[in-house]
Amino acid sequence: MCGIVGLFLKNKKMEPQLGQLLSGMLSTMCERGPDSAGFAIYGSGTEGRSKITLQSATAAEDFAKLNAALAKDKKLDAQLTTKDTHAVLSVPSDKLDAVKAMLSADFPSIRIMATGENIEIYKEVGYPTEVAKRFDLAHMSGTHAIGHTRMATESAVTTLGAHPFSTGADECLVHNGSLSNHNSLRRELIRDGMKFNTENDTEVAASYLTWRMKQGMNLGEALEKSLDDLDGFFNFVVGTKEGFGVVRDPIACKPAVMAETDDYVAFGSEYRALAGLPGIDKAKVWEPEPSTVYFWQR
Amino acid sequence: MQQLIGELMRTYDLAQSPLRELNETLHRQTDGSNEAQWEILNPRGGHAIAVGLDAPINVDVRGSVGYYCAGMNKKATVTVHGSAGPGVAENMMSGRVVIKGDASQYAGATGRGGLLVIEGNASSRCGISMKGIDIVVKGNIGHMSAFMAQSGHLVVLGDAGDALGDSIYEAKLFVRGKVKSLGADCIEKEMRPEHQEALTNLLKNAGIKDAKASEFRRYGSARKLYNFNIDNADAY
Repeated sequence: MCGIVGLFLKNKKMEPQLGQLLSGMLSTMCERGPDSAGFAIYGSGTEGRSKITLQSATAAEDFAKLNAALAKDKKLDAQLTTKDTHAVLSVPSDKLDAVKAMLSADFPSIRIMATGENIEIYKEVGYPTEVAKRFDLAHMSGTHAIGHTRMATESAVTTLGAHPFSTGADECLVHNGSLSNHNSLRRELIRDGMKFNTENDTEVAASYLTWRMKQGMNLGEALEKSLDDLDGFFNFVVGTKEGFGVVRDPIACKPAVMAETDDYVAFGSEYRALAGLPGIDKAKVWEPEPSTVYFWQR
Repeated sequence: MQQLIGELMRTYDLAQSPLRELNETLHRQTDGSNEAQWEILNPRGGHAIAVGLDAPINVDVRGSVGYYCAGMNKKATVTVHGSAGPGVAENMMSGRVVIKGDASQYAGATGRGGLLVIEGNASSRCGISMKGIDIVVKGNIGHMSAFMAQSGHLVVLGDAGDALGDSIYEAKLFVRGKVKSLGADCIEKEMRPEHQEALTNLLKNAGIKDAKASEFRRYGSARKLYNFNIDNADAY
């Protein structure tokens, strides 16, 4: 099954409430995906700096070691903020590659969930309300956010199998559905140099979009092309630095409903996810069309 | 919680009391029940609201509902003052279900009788495998509507999406607007006087005054797919 929620704020005054609103939306979708949950939140960035969201199964030990290593190398000018099994590492953008190389060489048990100027991705195995609480989603602020509750069908219930998946700097993807050609497509992408961490079908979709964008397509074009190349059921919600997009497969059997007011655009797998939003009674509420790419950008 | 408005009317607030209790209470209503008027507040997209009713009662739902509202309905009149999620009035037997807003996919699926009126748009698979229900949609319907529809009527005042009536049996489809494409074995058919009359009655029952039967086209089965044809024996 799986549940998706997304909220893109048009009204700047609502930004401090983003985490609280998304957390409320996510909590209505627990039954659709009780295995694991995750969310991507686009917060305020700092000019010239990038964020790397990290995750570790042995977080306390790993992040302590990482902190010690960073303290020794003052030139890196990196700051680590831990949140449960995740941590956000803020680094000067021109040091990003050096820090990533250091992480992969010296900290093999630390995984990179996302990189970008604004994006942070948090995801874990567990009941969605518990996952949201562990990362204190309710107190996060930002411009837009996407959340997911997972009921695994295609691969194991693991942290890395949870959504969102990163598709590039400041970009992410969540998925409701199941792809039927993910194994053959994964083999093609591996031949073309793409790397995979899981057997998960959504990771293939994320990698596919990254691969298309490396060929020079923009996200909208890559999503259009995915309608030709991906076989199966999918509702995708994607996040970018400035906006978010929605696309449904041609059969469109996975549920989706959207709402728009002067203050926000919201996505939910069901109306229940939208029912608690301010002004929903007067919002324009509709079901997105199949095979149609929708995009909102500030 | 009880108010006297003409007949005895009961208001049930889903923000205060559980859905199961509501459905159990509604299931206890019988033909002779004096509690014929019900109002349900704060549905907030909840699932299976007012399913399995079997008494001539009126239920007004104030707000939008989720999956399977008014499924299996018998005798009751259920009005949703909002939009409905997937599978509204699924397998309805009799009675009347009215959706003031839009309906999501497979509205009225497998319905055996009664009247389903959708005042907004219905999405994909409206009336899939319908078996006697009458469905009237004031707006548009999505793709694969009336797939394998066996009997009953589907009336659409707006447009129909792709593959209307694919693999249809004997249901009758009337569309006033454009049909994006017809499904396998579904063809346009002649509008004879008996169809005009049936359609006029359906529009009247649905409370629609601004549409005339003469504005519609009729679609139905070419009967080439479900009758065995000896010339096709090699294909099996």
